[in-house]
Parts: sequence; structure tokens; C-alpha cells
Amino acid sequence: MRNISKAFGDKIANNKVDLDIYRGEILSLLGENGSGKTTLMNMLSGIYFPDEGEIYIDGKPVMISSPKDAFDHGIGMIHQHFKLVNVFSAAENIVLGMETDPDGNPIPKGKINIEEASKRIREICELYGFDVDPDQKVYDMSVSQKQTVEIVKVLYRGADILILDEPTAVLTPQETEKLFAVLRNMKADGKTVVIITHKLHEVEAISDKVAVLRKGEFIGQLITKDTNAQEMTNMMVGREVKLNIDRPEPKDVTPRIVVKNLTVKSDDGIVKLDDVSFTANKGEVLGIAGISGCGQKELLESIAGLQQIDGGEILFIEDDGKETNLVGIDPVEIDRMGVSLAFVPEDRLGMGLVGDMDLADNMMLRSYRSGKGSFTDRKSPRELAEKIVDELEVVTPGIDTPVRRLSGGNIQKVLVGREIALNPTVLMTAYAVRGLDINASYMIYDLVNKQKERGVAVIFVGEDLDVLLELSDRILVLCGGKVSGIVDGRTAEKNEVGLLMTKLGGGEIG
Amino acid sequence: MDNKDIKEPLIHITKRKAIPKKQEWTIRLLSILFALIVCAIVMAVTTHLNPLAVYAEIFDGSFGSPRKMWILAKELSILLMVSVALAPAFKMKFWNLGGEGQMLAGILATAACMIYMGKNLPSAVIIPVSLVCAVLAGGLWAFIPAFFKAKWNTNETLFTLMMNYVGMQLVAYYIIIWESPKGSGKVGIINQSNGAGWLPNLFGQPYLLVVLVALLVTVGMYFYMNYSKHGFEISVVGESQNTAKYVGVKVDRVIMRTLLLTGAICGLVGWLMVAGTDHTITTTLGGGRGFLGVLVAWLAHFNPIGMILSGFLIVFMSRGASEISTAFGLNESFGDIMTGIILFFVIGSEFFINYEVHFRKSHRKEAADV
Amino acid sequence: MFSLVSFIPRAIVQSIPLLLGCTGETLNEKVGSLNLGIPGVMYVGAISGVIGSFLYENSGAQFNGVVGVLIPLISCLVGSLLMGLIFCLLTVTLRANQNVTGLAMATFGVGFGNFFGGSIMKLTGSDVPSIALTATSGAFKTGFPASMKGGAIGQVLFSYGFMTYVAIAIALIAHFILKKTRTGLELRAVGENPATADAAGINITKYKYFSICIGCMIAGLGGLFYVMDYASGVWSNDAFGDRGWLAIALVIFSIWRPNVAVLESILFGGLLILYLYIPTGTNFATKELYKMIPYIVTIVVLIFISVKNKKDSQPPEALGLPYFREDR
Repeated sequence: MRNISKAFGDKIANNKVDLDIYRGEILSLLGENGSGKTTLMNMLSGIYFPDEGEIYIDGKPVMISSPKDAFDHGIGMIHQHFKLVNVFSAAENIVLGMETDPDGNPIPKGKINIEEASKRIREICELYGFDVDPDQKVYDMSVSQKQTVEIVKVLYRGADILILDEPTAVLTPQETEKLFAVLRNMKADGKTVVIITHKLHEVEAISDKVAVLRKGEFIGQLITKDTNAQEMTNMMVGREVKLNIDRPEPKDVTPRIVVKNLTVKSDDGIVKLDDVSFTANKGEVLGIAGISGCGQKELLESIAGLQQIDGGEILFIEDDGKETNLVGIDPVEIDRMGVSLAFVPEDRLGMGLVGDMDLADNMMLRSYRSGKGSFTDRKSPRELAEKIVDELEVVTPGIDTPVRRLSGGNIQKVLVGREIALNPTVLMTAYAVRGLDINASYMIYDLVNKQKERGVAVIFVGEDLDVLLELSDRILVLCGGKVSGIVDGRTAEKNEVGLLMTKLGGGEIG
Repeated sequence: MDNKDIKEPLIHITKRKAIPKKQEWTIRLLSILFALIVCAIVMAVTTHLNPLAVYAEIFDGSFGSPRKMWILAKELSILLMVSVALAPAFKMKFWNLGGEGQMLAGILATAACMIYMGKNLPSAVIIPVSLVCAVLAGGLWAFIPAFFKAKWNTNETLFTLMMNYVGMQLVAYYIIIWESPKGSGKVGIINQSNGAGWLPNLFGQPYLLVVLVALLVTVGMYFYMNYSKHGFEISVVGESQNTAKYVGVKVDRVIMRTLLLTGAICGLVGWLMVAGTDHTITTTLGGGRGFLGVLVAWLAHFNPIGMILSGFLIVFMSRGASEISTAFGLNESFGDIMTGIILFFVIGSEFFINYEVHFRKSHRKEAADV
Repeated sequence: MFSLVSFIPRAIVQSIPLLLGCTGETLNEKVGSLNLGIPGVMYVGAISGVIGSFLYENSGAQFNGVVGVLIPLISCLVGSLLMGLIFCLLTVTLRANQNVTGLAMATFGVGFGNFFGGSIMKLTGSDVPSIALTATSGAFKTGFPASMKGGAIGQVLFSYGFMTYVAIAIALIAHFILKKTRTGLELRAVGENPATADAAGINITKYKYFSICIGCMIAGLGGLFYVMDYASGVWSNDAFGDRGWLAIALVIFSIWRPNVAVLESILFGGLLILYLYIPTGTNFATKELYKMIPYIVTIVVLIFISVKNKKDSQPPEALGLPYFREDR
């Protein structure tokens, strides 16, 4: 790629980027959020068309103006948001939209031969070590299975160059390992892989080379084994950044929330939480680790009063030692006790924020009940919105802007900021740094630590084990709805926690 | 398809940021103007009438005499109240197509009160009792689908639609029971002899009360939707049920509560029609206002004050249509065709308010169609 | 006396407008388009056919059966195609709200039907408020030879006009195309997840126009069948009634499968006329109550489906949503 530029309106996403990708190697594309990694790759895969610059493949200039063109040149991209039809089977999704079969014969518009396609899919799976059932419906699949289908879809179309956009963001360490193994198989088969990421240890684990982008510009390309995390970070951020998360010593540790034998079943009777017991102390960060969908959401929602609870109790202990069982209490009442929940879902909105409402109205979501009478107070939410914008450096045209228009990091600041502004006694956050770059993440960690120092009991559900190990005082590991262990955040090893996440170890309840 | 040499599509559409109110209204007015031109052409072709004469007659139908203006005001008030009633439900993304049935429930309840109590009780008793019954009946008619929507997410569009027909058959049943004279298949004017249960004329104007109630309901709903806690909850539920749940809004309760309100207002409309203006009951007394109300509410973006305008447009056309049907011997359904055409244009014009169309520089073309 | 042999054919004749409307609406919904304008489309389809055949019957030419069928058939298809195009233009190209557009089309379509119906009535100058197109209707009722219509089996299977068989064939073909062909797979992808379909190189706009227009034409045929076959060529205003809405409801019952719709519509046709078979004597009021049965059954089925909440019997995921590629 030579001299590639792309602008959206007056925002320049890529400015004269040169990038070389070599056959049979794995290249990491590293950069903060908004550094133009995805945009650059979208131009390679035909989603966008560059404003200027040329793309050469095997030395020949090519024109890529649609995903189909990209496929014709053997380029396939796996996007962060999977492009799959839920009610279709894996095979149907894989053949969707193809006009010729993998041998180049046109597919007639008429009757479709799914069996033939399934056979080919099994062959591909065998070759690279995938685990896909062509007849399985997408809605029955886990996130990692869906990702596999996406990869097979691209290979089925005969791609030689695979681009993966933050593929590990949704995977567990074990699944990530499996993915990397497959990628290495592909490399051995002569395929080229580009992986977009901002996780440094992944760069180190998988790639041969790493290319760094910052603010839309190409900064440099390094041989992975000749560099280190600090150098890469500095290139990525553009200045010295310390990579350690503060962990102040907890003070005045006394129990705040005591969960005993909590059991929760979903509407269709599946056990989501099974006999969960633990204590969350004030002035302490309790990290919660686990493969996604292991009951984290249900656990937090139970404490916040949003779940139907099938057994056990949740005790809230006030400073004077008064105990209240939260089970069966109205969520509004629990909210009033200072238990606050900031859950960042995959699309960042939809749990806690309303995308089409402006910042002030989103503040009002928490406060509109206050005040007498049946009419709402519109003034104080506006003041709060202004305060949060100010203190957390939220980038927004104003507090009348719908939150949907803000970038991901700023949306998360608004959400976490609002919860903190309530002066909670218990702060629960889930995936608060989901998809955030290093700078924004550290800002969130800072906020969490400040709350901890104020004596708040913080429950922090995270997906990045490294962060959990650096931030939490104790880590509770969930596996299949059960507590598989509670470990000390200062002494625990990553392997140990990873193991607990996948099988029920005999961890001591601490 | 080989599109390798196409660098940029011919027409490129982007979402507009925001558009000045003035421009927004210019686009809307233009669309109505275009619609009227199209209507005129259709008229000239199919009926060989002079469209200008017809339009003059339509105007006359609404404003030709004080009486006609009162009828216009009454019709507008009734349609407006139905639209206002439906608005909060739609804001919540609850597609209530059952306004008709909810009105019929109120109509039936009022008629029943008037018929069964008319002989023995004074109006002072019948009027409040029938009001309560009508409001409860309308509320119940809307509550049933809302309950199932809240509990099991049952498709409310079809449920409410079917409730219309159930209501209609129920009315048909009672019409046969109450018919007078026997065998006519009609109920006729209820309590014509003593006027029991009839609403009083204010200052000698039979329709003034309806107009005043409509104004009250509209203004009340404006404040309810924009400034009350309930109104805020409605918009949160409409935007994202999950978020609503997370901030402790009881989504099912809000759905049922809001629909109860919608149905109650529809019931109130039914009461006003039977006790106030028509004094009779037929299966078609709703007059399709349940559907028209949806359109009126949507055209005004669920803003009760805006509905006065969009409602006026619809009522004006239908009043005009009945006028031209007598003046030119045209079929009354022509009004529906004209209303339809105007609606198509206004609905289409929203696109030009929300989106911007760019053409590729080298192929500058005129805007294709509206 | 209730006789199944006489009941079933009547139920089937009742069912065909519903089946055609339902198949048409299914094709709409499969590409993500909740078209509430179908009742209007069916009215327009019916009256277009009526106008065509009225002009032909009164042109003074010698009535020819084949031409007599083709003219109304083609004018019906053209009329309903135009309605489909209006819906596409507004909801696909201009991305207008589907429900509102649909309701406007329903208003327009019913008005259109009644206006031209009324106008033709005035032209004929007849005393009854209806138009009778006996010759055309006769041609439409052509079916199997009389010798096959005898006996119970003949009555139940072979006693209908050709359109009945055409309608069932259309439903089955539609099902085959949706379920088994590449076109159908791409079409369903558009209704389930247009962004995915777009990324796979499928032309969303083309498929939507195509499927909506074909769907509207099929639904329009339902209106035509009603006048020409069921009503024996007699058009009277508003007679078609609420069948368009029932057809939309039927889409849900048939869980978006036209082959299921064949049986469901016959069941529904039966429910529509059931009140004629319930002995009420001279109590006309009770008869009105029995007419509620199809609607109550619809409601009960709606509730039942939602309570069961099966993943395979869900509406297309993107139903009712406009698609705009740059919306993210």
C-alpha cells in the first residue's frame, strides 16, 4: 500500500500511509483507538475507497472498490462485528452471496446445493484445525464459534490474505490460544495474516512483524522479536507511558456485600449462577474473571435487583453494621442504598445509556425520580452533565448532543462518570474499558482507584486478565456459574487464574 | 457485475446533521403543494372536472359557513384527541392500531348507560356514570393487548387490530338487541324524547364542549409527555427497553400504564361522540379514526401541538371530500384517494428532511422524484 | 345439517384471497418489509381487474373466454404492481416508516377501490349498488370438466375455478424458492440482516423492490379472485372487508412459510363462515357474536405463538427497519 489517504468529512483517518505486507507472515497492526487501523484495512478489503494512493498486490497496481473485488484478489476481512445471519446455518452463511463456487464455476440462481458446500467446509476445517458444524444455526453458537465461521467463510472464498480486526476482544485466553494455533497453521500453509490489535502481549505472541499507526499516520514497522512492549507503547502513544496500574493498599476493610449460596436460573430454566458465595469489602477492588457468559452479568444484576433470584441471599451491610437482604427488594430501593451498576455491553449503549438522548437526559435516567410531584427536574441533570464533561474531559460538541454521536471511550466515561457521581457505596462495573485505548483505560482505572480510596466497595468485571491482576485486590473466578476460586490479586499467577476460568479448581474461599 | 471503473456511486446519500426549522417546513409545504398538483391531474383525468373549482369547493366545505366551521372544529377535535391518545404508545414503540376498537368500547359503554338508565335516572347521574364506564371500557380494550405485550411480547400490531373487529362485532350484537324500531337494524337516536344522558350545549353551541375537552387533553398530553416522570419513562422505554430495565424502570408496568391511558382517552372520545354529538351507536361510528390518528400522530412526530396541524390537514380534506361529493356528484371515496396522495408526498418528504442527496460532480442531474 | 362435503369447498373458496394475500405479504416480510398496505393493494388489484373486465364486456366485442380472463388479470397485476412500487419508493428508496406508509396505502387503496367501484356503478345506472360481470366471472370459474366434480371427492378436490389451483401453486412455489434456492437464501438474508447481505455483495435495493413488487402482485390477485370467483363477478363497495388484515395476521400463523399458509388459510376460511353453520334460529344477535370467532382465534394464536417463543418461528430480524448503509 502506497501513500494511502482517507478522510471522512474534515476528519482525516489516514494520511499518506505506506504499508508493506509480505506473503506467508503474520503482521500486527498496532495503534490506539481512532488511529486509523480499521479504516486502513477497510480500504484493503473494499469497504471504503481511498481518496488517494495506490494498492499493489504482487507488484501490480489493483483497484479495490467492493468486498467482491477484494475477494477476487484473495483478500478477506473478519470484522469486529460479525456479519452473520442468525437463523441461517453455518454453511448457509458461508455460501451467502457467492456467485461462483470455489473452483470458479458459476452457481445457478436455482436450487442450492448445501451438501456440497458442507463437504468443502469440512475439508477446510480439517486442513486448519477448525471446529465447525456446517448445519449448526448461528443463534446456537458461542462468540468464538461465530468467529470461526467468519474465518472459514473467508477461506472458503479462497482468500490468501486474511485481515482480522481485534479478533481476541471477545475471546477467553484459551480460545485465543486456539485461534493463534489456527493462524500459525495458515501461515505454514503460505497464507498472509494481518491482525489488528492494541494488546501488546498478543503482538508478541503471534506476529512476525508489527506496524504501528498513530493518529492516521504510519509510524514505523518493527520485527517483533527485536522489540519490546515499552518501545511499542511509546510508538503507539507518542510519548512515554508507564505501563503499571496503581494499586493503593486497601484501608478500613470491612464487609459491605455478603453473597450467600446465590442461585439464579434463566427464563428457560438454565442455571446461570450456582451456589455462589463471596464477600465484597469496602475499600477494596474485587475483580471478577471468567469466560464471557459464565454468570458475570447475572451476578451483577442480582445484586442490583434486576434478576429473578432462585435461592440464597445477598446481604448489604451498612457502616453501622445493619444488615439488609437485597433479595426481592425493588431495584430503585437498592439504588437508593448506593449500589450502582455500570455495565458496558458489546455495543456500548443499551444498558445504562440511551443513544438517541442527549447527555443531560442520560444523566436524568438516574435522577428523574428524585424530587416531589410527578414532573421532572431538568436543571440538575444539566449541571451534572456539564460537570462530568468538564472533569473527565469528555470530548463532545455539547451536553445537548445525543450520546450515540460520541466515540466509544467518551460514551464509557459518561456512563462510569454518572454512576460515580451518585456517590455510591458499592460500585459495580462490567467491561468498563471494553475497546478503549491505553489512555482512556488508565483514566477509568484511576476513577476506580479513587472510589476505592473513598471506601467504596468496587466490583470490577473485566475481560483482560493482565488488567485484573494489576488492579484488583482479590479476584473471584467464575466458571459456568460457579465460583471456581477466589485468589489474591497481588500474588496470583495468570496461568492459575486462566486454569480456574476453564475448569472447577479447588480454590480456597478467601 | 463489473464495476471496477466506477469510482464513486452516481448518487450518494448521507444523513443530515440538523436542518433549520424553516427549511423543514418549506420542504413539507412544498410536498403538500406537489401533492395537490398531482391530485388536480388525477381529478382532471378521471372526473373531467376543473380542479380549481373542486379545490374552491373543498375550502368552502370547511369554511363556507359558521356551521361548517363548527363541524370542522368538532371533527378536528375528535381526531386530535384520538391522535393525542395514541401518541405516547407510539413514542414507546407500541404500534397500537386499535384506536378504533378502543373508541368503540367507549361508545358501547356510553350507549349502554344511556339506554339502561335513560328511563329512570336524571342526566346528572347518567353523565358521570357513563363517562366513568366509557373511560374504563376504552382502557380495558387497550389494556388487554398491552398486558400480553408486556408479559410475552405478543405482537401488538395485529392484536390491537383484531380487537377492533371483536369490538365491532360486539357493537353489532348490541345494535340488534337495542334496535329501534324493531327490525330496522339500527338503534336510532338514543333518548330522543327526554335527552337523558346528553351532554349540555355550552353557550348554545353543541360542539363547544368537545372542542374545549380536546384542547385540554392536547395541552395536558403535551406536558405529560415532555415534562412528567411518566413521560420520561415512556421515552426511555421507547428508545431502549434494556436501558430502562437497568435504571430500574418497570418496563411492563410502563407499557400497561401507558396503554391504559391511551385506551382511556379513546374511551373518552367515544363518550363525547355518543353523549355529546351523535347520540346514536353504529359499528362505523369510529370512522377509521384509529388509523388516521396513527398517521396524524406520526406526521407530527408525536408532538401533541404539532398534531393540531397534521390533524387539520386530514380533517380539512375529508370535510372537503364530502362537500364535493354533494356538489359535483362525486363519490365520497375520492377524498380518501386525495388524502392518500397527500400522505404519500408528506411521508416521502421526510426523507429530504433527514437525508441529503449528493450527485457525482460529472453527472449533475436534477432531483429524480419526490 | 352440517355436511363436511359442502363445508370444505366453501372454506377453500373463502381461503384463497387470504392465501394469496398472505403469500404476498410473506414475500414482503421476508425482505424485512412489514407492509400494512396489503389490504389497500388487494382493493386496488380487485378494482383494476373489475375496470379491465368492465371495459372489455362493454366494448361491444364478442366475449372471448381467454381474452376475458387475460384483460382483468393483466390490469389487476399492473394495478397492484403500481401499489408495490409506491411502497418501495417510499420505504426502500426514501426510507420512510413502513407502518405509516402501509396505513396510508390502505387508506388510499380502499378509497381507490370504492371510488372507481362507485363511478362504474353510476355509469351502469343500475339500481343496486353493485356491478355484475357475469361473463368474466364465468370465464374465471373455468376449472375441471363437470364430470370430475361429482361425488364427495370431486366436490372437495375438483370443483373450483382455475385460480384456486394457481393460488395454491403460487404458495408452494414461493415456499420452494424461499427455502431451497440461492435467490431465496439471498432474499432471506436481506430481511434478516441487511448489513451482512450488503457485505456479501447482495444488492439490497434490487431484492427489496423485486420481492415487494412480486408480493404485491400476488396479493392483488387475491382481490381479483374475490370479485371474479368468490363473488361471482359482483363488485360492491367495502364487500372485501377486512380480509387484507386477516391475510397479514395469517403470515404470523404460517410462521412465514407459504406452504403452511395453504392449510392455515383453509382453516381460517372455515372459521370465517363457521357462523353460518351454527344453528341460532332467528336470533340474529348471537350470529353477530359468532362472527367474532376468526378474530378471537387470531388473538389466541398470537398469544400462543408469543408464549412459546421458539427461535425458528420468529419474524425476520430486520422486519420493519429501513436499511441505510452508512448508519452505524
